[in-house]
Amino acid sequence: MNDLTPSREERTANLKGLGCARKRVEDARFTQGKGNYVDDIKLPGMLFGDFVRSPYAHARVISINAEAALALPGVIAVLTAKDLEPLGLHWMPTLAGDRQMVLADGKVLFQGQEVAFVVAENRYVAADAIELIEVEYEELPVVTDPFKALEDGATVLREDIADKLEGAHGPRRHPNHIFRWEAGDEAATEAVLAEAEVVAEETVYYHRTHPCPLETCGCVASMDKINGKLTVWGTFQAPHVVRTVASLLSGIAEHNIRVVSPDIGGGFGNKVGVYPGYVCAIVASIVTARPVKWIEDRMDNLMATAFARDYWMKGRIAATKDGRITGLWCHTTADHGAFDACADPTKFPAGFFHICTGSYDIPVAWVGVDGVYTNKAPGGVAYRCSFRVTEAAYFIERMIEVLAMKLGMDSAELRAKNFIRKEQFPYTSALGWEYDSGDYHTAWDKALKAVDYEGLRREQAERLEAFRRGETRTLMGIGLTFFTEIVGAGPVKNCDILGMGMFDSCEIRIHPTGSAIARLGTISQGQGHATTFAQILASEIGIPADDITVEEGDTDTAPYGLGTYGSRSTPVAGAATALAGRKIRAKAQMIAAWLLEVHDDDVEWDIDRFAVKGAPERFKTMKEIAFAAYNQAIPGLEPGLEAVSYYDPPNMTYPFGAYVCVMDIDVDTGTADIRQFYALDDCGTRINPMVIEGQVHGGLTEALAIAMGQEIAYDEMGNVKTGTLMDFFLPTAWETPNYVTDWTETPSPHHPIGAKGVGESPNVGGVPAFSNAVHDAFRAFGLTQTHMPHDHWRIWQTANRLGLHG
Amino acid sequence: MSKMHLKLTVNGQAVETLAEPRELLIHVLRERLDITGPHIGCETSHCGACTVDMDGKSVKACTVFAAQAQGAEITTVEGLAGPDGMHVLQQMFREHHGLQCGYCTPGMITRAWRLLQETPRPTEEEVRHGMAGNLCRCTGYQNIVKAILAASDAMAAQKEAAE
Repeated sequence: MNDLTPSREERTANLKGLGCARKRVEDARFTQGKGNYVDDIKLPGMLFGDFVRSPYAHARVISINAEAALALPGVIAVLTAKDLEPLGLHWMPTLAGDRQMVLADGKVLFQGQEVAFVVAENRYVAADAIELIEVEYEELPVVTDPFKALEDGATVLREDIADKLEGAHGPRRHPNHIFRWEAGDEAATEAVLAEAEVVAEETVYYHRTHPCPLETCGCVASMDKINGKLTVWGTFQAPHVVRTVASLLSGIAEHNIRVVSPDIGGGFGNKVGVYPGYVCAIVASIVTARPVKWIEDRMDNLMATAFARDYWMKGRIAATKDGRITGLWCHTTADHGAFDACADPTKFPAGFFHICTGSYDIPVAWVGVDGVYTNKAPGGVAYRCSFRVTEAAYFIERMIEVLAMKLGMDSAELRAKNFIRKEQFPYTSALGWEYDSGDYHTAWDKALKAVDYEGLRREQAERLEAFRRGETRTLMGIGLTFFTEIVGAGPVKNCDILGMGMFDSCEIRIHPTGSAIARLGTISQGQGHATTFAQILASEIGIPADDITVEEGDTDTAPYGLGTYGSRSTPVAGAATALAGRKIRAKAQMIAAWLLEVHDDDVEWDIDRFAVKGAPERFKTMKEIAFAAYNQAIPGLEPGLEAVSYYDPPNMTYPFGAYVCVMDIDVDTGTADIRQFYALDDCGTRINPMVIEGQVHGGLTEALAIAMGQEIAYDEMGNVKTGTLMDFFLPTAWETPNYVTDWTETPSPHHPIGAKGVGESPNVGGVPAFSNAVHDAFRAFGLTQTHMPHDHWRIWQTANRLGLHG
Repeated sequence: MSKMHLKLTVNGQAVETLAEPRELLIHVLRERLDITGPHIGCETSHCGACTVDMDGKSVKACTVFAAQAQGAEITTVEGLAGPDGMHVLQQMFREHHGLQCGYCTPGMITRAWRLLQETPRPTEEEVRHGMAGNLCRCTGYQNIVKAILAASDAMAAQKEAAE
């Protein structure tokens, strides 16, 4: 060694591994317009497909006349359910064990439903043809209210299963009933409620909304009839599952199907499901022997693919007079729309909603969920959250506030009094989850101190006095939230999608010159996997992240995985990456020992090399080891340096966080000025602080949208009232505040590097924080619950109802 | 429908193509001229993913007819990088993590490029107001604003050094 030998710190820094705010490798192409999204794909002879959609929410389809359309030059074909029926593709299975019409089979059940598929030379001709197709409908009574749907004598929506008393998730008690799902001990919970010193009761509605990624859903299907291969490029958050489903549905052998997710322009859950457009494009390509592209427009997207939430959550929470929570009861009516197409693991028709005891040590609880059909679009996806977790977090964080009001207690104090304590982890909740790790009190204290919570309350009290004296027309709201997420689905023993266990994978090849490629079963939609997974690997195998290519999304090359949603990439595929890296290192150790002429046990790992124990000057770097793997005949070892890991997580991970939102509300205009937002996240081990901060900013802004204005609203006729970006609220730079981010770090004990996942925490915690701030502003006037979204009109109405307009 | 002979200057190069008069500029750019940097997010002028620069103004190419663009000078995100590499805005978006999925980015940067010509030293408020026609679903804007302000600083420093 000499002065030019890099220090250990320099060698570590050179790797750009765990904890480094590494700049993203994706950005060079994205900033220069060189991304490759599905609509950028252009193949020779490619056709364009588009849908005739139903203007009615419920109607019989009497006839479809495509004659004039077919006579239009450039129109190649018009597909209807009748054309798909011989192939058995007029209906398709949903992720939730139900089935969904691909094209209207005799009737339509929601506005915007796919009725016919036009295939034409380009999108303009397709649009012209749609205008020429005459569909005769006979209107039927519309049901948009899930409670009315379950009344005796209600119009039967799903006539195809009207007589079926058993659904995919047990008995159905009404033709419009999908399932009843329960967790916990109902009798014990009722007993606690009956004897409780204090019981607070409230119905909390989490309205219907939509993930609305900036890129809509779409695909290009290309059937090569010469070699029998089908290739589908598409906006798929789970490309491998799409391949399996496509094979099962079409009968094409799985090895003859290649599914590719190219760059994806945001997903947020919208791109998990399989949609009629994918099926129709594939069929059209098979029929026409030409590539067929299908791309939704924004109205199609908002009306037909993947709504989220729509949970009516009725709650009762029991406590002692001094604020110790003794029990929680919740019944939810879940509006699933016309087909049950929820994207949940098979055994969980209400997702992980039973995480709804939140961050609190609640000894007894019960939750029941009834799924209901209505004349609305199918979906029920996890919009930037793990399955139904944001509903659960919103429910418990509202119930805590309602209880605090009833107790006359500060809700920060109520939370602290009931947190699961650090020494209780691993903690088994009354509803059956095993929380892996947490230190809630530390995070909470840090958050309250950072925002000067007591100072804020003093200021709020002064403002209230000034308001009462008529000196101001604004009220101040302080929105508190402490949330616990449950992500990283999940253990194969109880988590699967369409029978495929929810493991994930990583395959690594080390090249002779010491660089590497890693392929994963996940797919980035903006999360920056190519940057962060290389960092995990850099720390594990001592090859600089800059020398590692990360590839995802091509089922011909990537190992099988269940995809990216529910914050599962880092908890599951990230673990697979670390473990595959350790396999590489284990073989590298043997190679190094052979090169150094010592026993395997006599070398030890040192950042980017193996060195002889006690003689650090005798070492072999990973670069040297990689070359040796390809040019030395090492007794007892195969040449090459590759590894693959399929990781079945032993448990979920449980990220948590403490958020504080401060807003000033003008009671006369209903406007809310968000003047401060503090977000503390604990996602376990932090891989890339820059990426984490970016995820938190983005998730909070989606939460802002949902809480403050964004919804998919229907009128009584089942018309979608929010089908364009004119009506569907997406915040601009103008409405969006600056956020302050902070963290604590409590590693997951069961994850190889202790990471828990972060992408969805800000949405899960953000929605209750914004909503609680609105409620808190009016707390002094007795407001217990007002439903989201809290747009100006609704806030004004709230102020008016409370008599604040004089 | 009969086609018109369209002549444009795109990123400094004279180009011509046949297009129906009703075709939207974004479709002509993406499908006839293979300029796929600008994206389509809403087709109703709300999201700004299709933003390009036309005759010195930011326009949403999803609501400009190809016929309206006859003879126009158009700059897209592909035209911003110079012989020395990425434009400072592109560098700063990367430096400050001003993008995630990248779908809004071409429109965002093209708009910011025009904004910094209109207002070379904007305040944060001016940036937020000037960028309000471009939606981003991933970043929450905070780092986009930071990137644009940093680009403004860097461009001012470059200008000073040149004088």
